[in-house]
Amino acid sequence: MPTESSRLSVRKTYKLYIGGAFPRSESGRSYPVSTPDGRFLANASQASRKDVRDAVVAARKAFSGWSGATAYNRGQILYRIAEMLEGRRAQFIAEVADAEGLNDAESTVDAAIDRWVWYAGWTDKIAQVTGSSNPVAGRYFNFSLPEPTGVVAILAPQRSSLLGLISVLAPAIAGGNTVVAVAAQDRPLPASTLAEVLATSDLPGGVINLLTGRTAELAPWLAGHMDVNAIDLTGVAADERTELERLAADNVKRVFRGPEGDEPDWTADPGIGRLTAFLETKTVWHPVGT
Amino acid sequence: MSIWEYTPAPESRESARLRPSYQMFIDGEFVDGSGTAFKTINPADEEVLAEVAEANESDVDNAVRAARRAFEQVWGRMPGRERSKYLFRIARLIQERARELAVLESLDNGKPIKESRDVDIPLAAAHFFYYAGWADKLEYAGFGANPRPLGVAGQVIPWNFPLLMAAWKLAPALAAGNTCVLKPAETTPLTALVLAEICQQADLPPGVVNVVPGAGNTGATLVAHKGVDKVAFTGSTEVGKEIQRTIAGTKKRLTLELGGKAANIVFDDAPLDQAVEGIVSGIFFNQGHVCCAGSRLLVQESVADELLDSLKRRLGTLRLGDPLDKNTDIGAINSAAQLEKIRSLSQIGESEGATRWSAACPLPERGFWFPPTVFTGVSQAHRIAREEIFGPVLSVLTFRTPDEALAKANNTPYGLSAGIWTEKGSRILWMANRLRAGVVWANTFNRFDPTSPFGGYQESGFGREGGRHGLEAYLAH
Repeated sequence: MPTESSRLSVRKTYKLYIGGAFPRSESGRSYPVSTPDGRFLANASQASRKDVRDAVVAARKAFSGWSGATAYNRGQILYRIAEMLEGRRAQFIAEVADAEGLNDAESTVDAAIDRWVWYAGWTDKIAQVTGSSNPVAGRYFNFSLPEPTGVVAILAPQRSSLLGLISVLAPAIAGGNTVVAVAAQDRPLPASTLAEVLATSDLPGGVINLLTGRTAELAPWLAGHMDVNAIDLTGVAADERTELERLAADNVKRVFRGPEGDEPDWTADPGIGRLTAFLETKTVWHPVGT
Repeated sequence: MSIWEYTPAPESRESARLRPSYQMFIDGEFVDGSGTAFKTINPADEEVLAEVAEANESDVDNAVRAARRAFEQVWGRMPGRERSKYLFRIARLIQERARELAVLESLDNGKPIKESRDVDIPLAAAHFFYYAGWADKLEYAGFGANPRPLGVAGQVIPWNFPLLMAAWKLAPALAAGNTCVLKPAETTPLTALVLAEICQQADLPPGVVNVVPGAGNTGATLVAHKGVDKVAFTGSTEVGKEIQRTIAGTKKRLTLELGGKAANIVFDDAPLDQAVEGIVSGIFFNQGHVCCAGSRLLVQESVADELLDSLKRRLGTLRLGDPLDKNTDIGAINSAAQLEKIRSLSQIGESEGATRWSAACPLPERGFWFPPTVFTGVSQAHRIAREEIFGPVLSVLTFRTPDEALAKANNTPYGLSAGIWTEKGSRILWMANRLRAGVVWANTFNRFDPTSPFGGYQESGFGREGGRHGLEAYLAH
């Protein structure tokens, strides 16, 4: 009960993030989210199959614009996301501490912000690192360059609610893909707040769509969706991946299986493996002559 | 138009050194194995060429075990510079036996000798030569400071470029330090078995390369074998999906090179004579048995009539017949089953309302033959515009604007290749950027090179073969 000297706080409704908007689940469902030691935090939207499909439509719609943007432009937008994160640093420290049961979430939030900055710088370099000019035996100019795979479904890591999430989201969009991600099932609130950052960072709606809900319920719809080009199984338990991989074969999805065993140390140097996992190599030939 | 008559100029069948029977190659030895031997025929006359040992489950198991031993004891720990020299040897041996291999390939596959002689065999040698040089330079390939081989690679290849596909699979795998079990296609096993003999002649250590002939069952057994660390498959999208399902839940790495339905796009400012040549090589090269074939011609409406007249005139000059004749342009369809598929889809094309035109060339009485065929009045909904026919059948659609061409080109679940014909450089680059395909040929088509990465988007598969990129599939990093 508020006293005269204290005021009742205004709580936030945590919703989904689809196509740049913040809808509740069309199913009307929600589920309670608590700290690891059981303190109630909020009711999160519990996304449904229909929400998954709406999110894929939004991601597909955003793909041509995002993949067609210049790498410089994508880099600036990613950097802008880092700026917005920095501005909400204190809020994220509190939310991640609650979500993950940490006394001090400062270092993990700092690492998360720095990771956006790291990937922001990759957008206009990855083509130079992975592309090539190929010395074919003939009078042709021949070059290869990376292009985004398309719509990437991401089952985000279950433990690391912000740093882990950012470590899987940023590389996918840095390469020009658009994403439908399912946040950590029991720690979804930092993801919902991240959506607010994305919505105010010049990132076009639909480039990242964030769902909260039951991973095991939503993952099969994503794995079997014919308009999803790739799937990242990082947040799926090892013994639940087999069926998802089978479903993914229906349209020859690229499958990023995720780590064997425990979640990786997200503070470690990520390398470029998550960038290249969702890039295709295109090779172009043209004759040389007078 | 009168056509010069050519006198027959057949290549000598003797150079193929055909033997009545061929054994499988396991652990450095040719063995009978325990499957039921099968016959491979010449698709140009349906005569039996040879009997070939079939690898059953225990043979595949022996091959995988031999490959594992060779990986652990010899090849995986051999310095790259030594592996490199073995691969150079193989490249040279292919060159030395090029004529034999070319004739054998044309006999077993049905492709014209000018193609096996000038394309398949030289490119196969070139692939070994290219990857030979990588074996001792892997740390410079951009896949980390300590790139390591994966182990045993199970490789399943198709019948359209038998020796070349074997080279595409084996060369990068071996360069990276893996050992291989290769399953050639049931209808074209012979050149892979000569390649096995070449491995012997090169003194390649036993078990490094194993060749297990057989049909789909043999391939499925290999793919599912627990001792295989890496699966590489070239073939149909349908089988590719089945393989992806098979390896679900395992630690096996996978690359797939699957089907296609490539658009070959001709703009009104294109040099039409060159475009006609490109269309011909795009869809009639190798009887259209090419996953990246330009099977959908998209031609700008304003030049469609002129281009089609010119194309039909050109097709009238193609010489269909004896694959061993050096003047032959169009050889035999590889098998009765494939011929049936081509016929059936062509009939569907007609019944769905497209207009069929075939070059007026006499077909030999025996063997499997299909004349160069063009369908006009094709809509995007027609099955001949959507499904891979894998034969000498071209579906023609028209467009008015670059945007429309692009939309039609990308309207496919495949994404292996595409062609663009225009004199306008900025338009080439605009199109090349937006086509969702792994290989884009501008003002050319169906060019291949060991340094040039090849592979698809979407349901045309994943992973690349060729070039530095081709090493990634065979390295842990």
